[in-house]
Amino acid sequence: MHLELASRDGHIEPAEGISQSPLAVRGLTVSYGEKPAVFSVDATFAPGAMTAIVGPNGAGKSTLLKAALGIVQPLSGRVTCWGRPLHTQRHRLAYVPQRASVDWDFPARVRDVVLMGLYRELGLLGRVRARHVETAMACLSRVGMEGFADRQIGQLSGGQQQRVFLARALAEGADLYLLDEPFAGVDVATEKAIIGVLKDLREQGRTVVAVHHDLSTVPDYFDRAFVINTRAIAEGPVAQAFVPEILQEAYGGRLAGAQIGAAG
Amino acid sequence: MSGYEFVALSLPPLLIGIFAAVACALPGNFLLLRRQALIGDAISHVVLPGIVLAFLVTGTISAWPMMLGAGAAALVTVVLIEVIRRLGRIEPGAAMGVVFTAMFAGGVLLLEQSDTSDVHLDVQHALYGNLESLIWLDATGWGSLLDPVALAGLPPELGRMALTLLFVALFTAVFWRPLKLTTFDEGFARTLGLPAGALGLALVIVAAIAAVAAFDAVGSIIVIAMFICPPAAARLMTNQLERQIGWSVGFAVLSAVLGYMLAGYGPLWLGFENAVSAAGMIATVSGLILGLAAVFGPCRARAGAPVAD
Repeated sequence: MHLELASRDGHIEPAEGISQSPLAVRGLTVSYGEKPAVFSVDATFAPGAMTAIVGPNGAGKSTLLKAALGIVQPLSGRVTCWGRPLHTQRHRLAYVPQRASVDWDFPARVRDVVLMGLYRELGLLGRVRARHVETAMACLSRVGMEGFADRQIGQLSGGQQQRVFLARALAEGADLYLLDEPFAGVDVATEKAIIGVLKDLREQGRTVVAVHHDLSTVPDYFDRAFVINTRAIAEGPVAQAFVPEILQEAYGGRLAGAQIGAAG
Repeated sequence: MSGYEFVALSLPPLLIGIFAAVACALPGNFLLLRRQALIGDAISHVVLPGIVLAFLVTGTISAWPMMLGAGAAALVTVVLIEVIRRLGRIEPGAAMGVVFTAMFAGGVLLLEQSDTSDVHLDVQHALYGNLESLIWLDATGWGSLLDPVALAGLPPELGRMALTLLFVALFTAVFWRPLKLTTFDEGFARTLGLPAGALGLALVIVAAIAAVAAFDAVGSIIVIAMFICPPAAARLMTNQLERQIGWSVGFAVLSAVLGYMLAGYGPLWLGFENAVSAAGMIATVSGLILGLAAVFGPCRARAGAPVAD
């Protein structure tokens, strides 16, 4: 669909080719009931960039991410990572779910959760060795949580929990990071810490794709935007895809003038 | 109590009680954390008609036909729930409740109508087993534990329950990490390529195997109690899953030993003449332990009121 977008809007650059893209979906349709949550979406995410997935509530942002990761089964469509099937590239992907998607009352300490990011390395029965713990601690200090390793996860604030989730993803050492609303309900310090880590990842040439709710921060935080409302509406550099006309089309009457002003 | 008396009359039921309690408590930990704790309850109810039918067809109480009967009953349950939910247009919880109790009631009626006088299978047995009757007549004392001839006379339930426990423990140990991961964060586990759906199903099947094996030996009261009480009490003692499992095993063993002893001797100490049901007492003790943990456990504070930054 990016080609059609390019022709329709003229000024939107075609995205990188599918074979270079860390994540490309074609004709993706996902439905939880009778109405599709995501309908026939094509998306090609640019390598080494930070892309925000934006759209109104219920537009299928999280669903797109989950279907792209194989967490929910799409009705139809194809997902490729670096031009290859998703299941062959899982080791290069890291996922940060919505904080509210898990029960934080689970009996685990912060370090236990971060060690989950090393599952691929540890396997079914591999022993947790000193170097694994070191990796986990290093990831915790990247998000400023090194002092909380032995804390029960339920005793953390929302922002701290979000940082623990990010640390777990960092432990995976992936090339593509997919985050579902990483800034939802977090404090200012956490938001700064997270965006700092994500920008570091981009400096290292890694790709970041995040479902993002707060339109006012899109231009500051992200290079590119993917606008969706069940169908893909636009994808491109923030200056071209994150503009009032496109947002108006995505949000319809639901977009407040102030937000458009911030976006434009 | 002499060594002979203990080895012949108390040791086998005690061991069977312990094995059954631990075999149910282990998967119970994960079911509890997945908010599926009542699955153990449901399983022990719906399998009854299957077990009775298996007995009616084969004429014996043996492990395989019972497992098959139980499995068939579980399948029928799933289908019935779907049918009732769709045709009756009622909410899933109500459909499940209707089917579970109806299956159990059907099993009870089947039991009453069938001639099971020569085997240990009747309504009472279904509820609280026959733990006290699982004695070892060939034992002459502690030395019998080394005597192959005497060992051959051990109640078959003991071997069956020990094997079941071994299987459940192996499953828990081998799939420890995937179970923990899928229980805490299923979405994340799927991105690692873990088959979360298959693992969840395997957990329920393992729980069902433990429930059916324990059901045969100790009745459904213990099964229901052991799936929930020891893990729930253990959760209040620690904030680490590894330690929670340890505590739950400890509580399960404690419930079995204390419950069995109290049932046998407690009433005598209090001046009553007859012992009470061991299964009932074991379940009661596990409930008391949960009560104590709820009042005194160190990890009663719950999420929902996180500490501010």
